[in-house]
Amino acid sequence: MTTTSLVRIQREPFDAATEAGKLTRGRTDVGALVTFTGVCRGAEAGEPIAALTLEHYPGMAEAEIERYVAEAAERWPLLGVTVIHRHGRIVPGEDIMMVATASSHRQAAFAAAEFLMDYLKTCAPFWKQVEKADGKIWVDAKTTDDVAAERWAVTAGRHAAE
Amino acid sequence: MTIKLRYFAWVRERVGKPDEDIEVPSGVATVGELMVWLASRGEEYAHAFGNPKVIRAAIDRSHVKPQTPIGKASEIAFFPPMTGG
Repeated sequence: MTTTSLVRIQREPFDAATEAGKLTRGRTDVGALVTFTGVCRGAEAGEPIAALTLEHYPGMAEAEIERYVAEAAERWPLLGVTVIHRHGRIVPGEDIMMVATASSHRQAAFAAAEFLMDYLKTCAPFWKQVEKADGKIWVDAKTTDDVAAERWAVTAGRHAAE
Repeated sequence: MTIKLRYFAWVRERVGKPDEDIEVPSGVATVGELMVWLASRGEEYAHAFGNPKVIRAAIDRSHVKPQTPIGKASEIAFFPPMTGG
């Protein structure tokens, strides 16, 4: 099955509904479209934040995400995948990133979207820093995210080296 | 052999620069050994690489483990566990 894929790393805001709509426009084989949007919260660990700043590794971020998209397309019968991830300063209420997956049936679209999110969180080279009233701090990685990614036991990305 | 090192997030802040070119000393064969050597280069480096277990690495833009040989790498990056998404 040919999967149409789009991976974009950008500073600018994006419109998740418009981007997701592109996966179904002009075709009648899609029966399920799953969209996940990560949004900047106004509080972190109970404390209000002014903004998030996302640092990334240019070149590697794109390459890593392309690897997960290829892996997802091998595992599930996907018709289309879109991943957009922003970097730079993002204020509460703004979208940080999105994953959209299109398939004939919902199971593949749901599973692939979750798989992509679990890998993005733990393996894509992005780092969040929060701006609070008393300064800036780097967000710690969560063990729960690692556990979520490990359940897929994929052969791609960093897990191939283990 | 000259290779480019790149640092991200708090590793970059602690080292005090985003990248640099270094000569890999003889006797340093793996990514983990490179971290041990880097930690010995001064206060900033000791602060950044003092606990190598919490640092991740990539060779030429692919994730690697500490035991991975440096081989013919042209770029090695060091960074904390990722927190995107």
